[in-house]
Amino acid sequence: MDRTLNKGLNDDLVRPLFNTSVWFYAVVLAAGTVVACGAAAWSYQLWNGIGVSGKRWPTFWALYLTNFVFWIGISHAGTLISAILRLVNAGWRRPVTRCAEVITVFALMIGAMFPIIHLGRPWLAFWLFPYPNQRELWPNFRSPLAWDFFAINTYLTGSVLFLFLPMIPDFALVRDRSTGWRRRVYGALSLGWRGTTKQWNRLETAMQIMAVAILPVAVSVHTIVSFDFSMATVPMWHSTIFGPYFVAGAIFSGIAALIIAMAALRKALRLERYLLPLHFENLGKLLLLMSILWAYFVFNERLTVWYGNEPHEMAVFWATQRGTYAPLYWTMVVCNFVVPFIILANPRTRTIPGCVIASFGVVIGMWLERFLIIVPSLTHKQLPYSWGTYWPTPVELYIMAATFAAMVLLYALFAKFVPIIAIWELKAGDFVHAPDAGVGAADPHRLDAGASSPARPGAAS
Amino acid sequence: MKAVYGLYADPSVAQAAVNNLRSAGVADADITVISSEPFEHLEFGHRDAKTAMPWIAATAALFGLLATYYLLGASQMSWPLRTSGMPIVPLWTNLIIIFEMTMLSAIIATVITLLITAGLPSRGGKLYDPEVSDGYILVGVEDPSDGARLESALALAGGRVKKI
Repeated sequence: MDRTLNKGLNDDLVRPLFNTSVWFYAVVLAAGTVVACGAAAWSYQLWNGIGVSGKRWPTFWALYLTNFVFWIGISHAGTLISAILRLVNAGWRRPVTRCAEVITVFALMIGAMFPIIHLGRPWLAFWLFPYPNQRELWPNFRSPLAWDFFAINTYLTGSVLFLFLPMIPDFALVRDRSTGWRRRVYGALSLGWRGTTKQWNRLETAMQIMAVAILPVAVSVHTIVSFDFSMATVPMWHSTIFGPYFVAGAIFSGIAALIIAMAALRKALRLERYLLPLHFENLGKLLLLMSILWAYFVFNERLTVWYGNEPHEMAVFWATQRGTYAPLYWTMVVCNFVVPFIILANPRTRTIPGCVIASFGVVIGMWLERFLIIVPSLTHKQLPYSWGTYWPTPVELYIMAATFAAMVLLYALFAKFVPIIAIWELKAGDFVHAPDAGVGAADPHRLDAGASSPARPGAAS
Repeated sequence: MKAVYGLYADPSVAQAAVNNLRSAGVADADITVISSEPFEHLEFGHRDAKTAMPWIAATAALFGLLATYYLLGASQMSWPLRTSGMPIVPLWTNLIIIFEMTMLSAIIATVITLLITAGLPSRGGKLYDPEVSDGYILVGVEDPSDGARLESALALAGGRVKKI
């Protein structure tokens, strides 16, 4: 890459680490306040007992488990998408991958908290860990909850490493441009990286292997989360389609979360020259594809139940189609299919605002989908005497709101201390920022618009 | 540490400097090339490309598979639980955990191999110039036996030659 462009790219992407706008403090304060409220609500629950939540017989899995499944789904945004794009050597991935991988790590951390919150007695959370003991409770490796433990921890470990490894060269870059405590901190984080040819070759080989290894793990995680439900003989849970249905839904909600995060970063950190309309357009197409796939799975699942006409399954079916939960169900359909399809199928509306609106719809719709999988089935079990109702309490709602705020807070802090776009990957792809990069930069949809250095094999195009 | 090196803005000029050093009789292993990005399209970018990392990852995966198979079976036999008429050691459900541990072993082995073979973490004291971060490519030799001759070899390609 041309050295002037190289330096400009360094300056643009490292600037947010050294300059702090008032908006950063505002976001941290606002999100931090909501997180503090959520922590207070959880403390209240710990002090008074799990009875302050809305969980009552027969609905013992409710809002907390809805959020668990939702956040694990959101975590599919990053590592999975990044690994796929890395393996197919998609040049346009370069500014997107780190934004995506960060979502995975934080969403997994948040999601993994919910089973602990759901327990009511988090100090006994170690009972969940599959260690040998004499109580004959564990190790029960046949339990889907034990599978969750292994799957989520494997995915979290892999995702953290998948995120961290490509950050090492960027930490070295920040180290070279900083002084004082920053130099010491980034020096330690860069592990003494120099950028020898051997180091580059090893890093790229490692990333390829990790991409291959982490793809099936990502698919397995949400399949195993679906097993939490499909292994039980609860109406509309005991379904063979749940594995791929959950994975498709997870990728769907993950892409939506990624689009929202990228749009926010683009505006807040002035990354308009790096996160181009092309990236949103491509992700928008992917979102459209997943929306159609999601509708296909829902149709399959619903049709099979309706055709089977089992009384206990039909009770849940009708409760969601035209009963108590119908407003939520049809809102979900509108948010997950109608809105994205109308916006994203038309190239004229598949703009950045269009993609963001569709993504907000999908995030809401997918949250509703998780809720509608869990609650109606538990409130309409096989025997009518065990039917019940569920309403979330303020404690649950505060905790839920806090997790969304926690995501914003963690993301803002990460973008403050780490270059949110992988600088070396942009350079390696001969990325030239557009649209105001200069000569030949008229088309903002082209990553190589205005390129002044010679194209190289495998470079972004 | 003594060293002589050149800083080059143009990757093809850096390649010429590497070639000049070779012509001056410097062994490939003694030539250090440092850059702020990988250069796969140039010959010097492929030095040290050969690695056993994929084989190490595969071996670790196999080890993870066998170890988990054994540990799961041993735990289930030591604390036998009868659940839903399933066998004490059910392969179907164990496969899920075996799969996760297999992949985790491969991932961890890959990272450890990367760190060891790339010499990370390193405490410094090796040839480096912070200008590399601004896009210069460093081509040099540590502890040169004939510094003056190498200086002229590096200067011949163009670029700024430095000595430490």
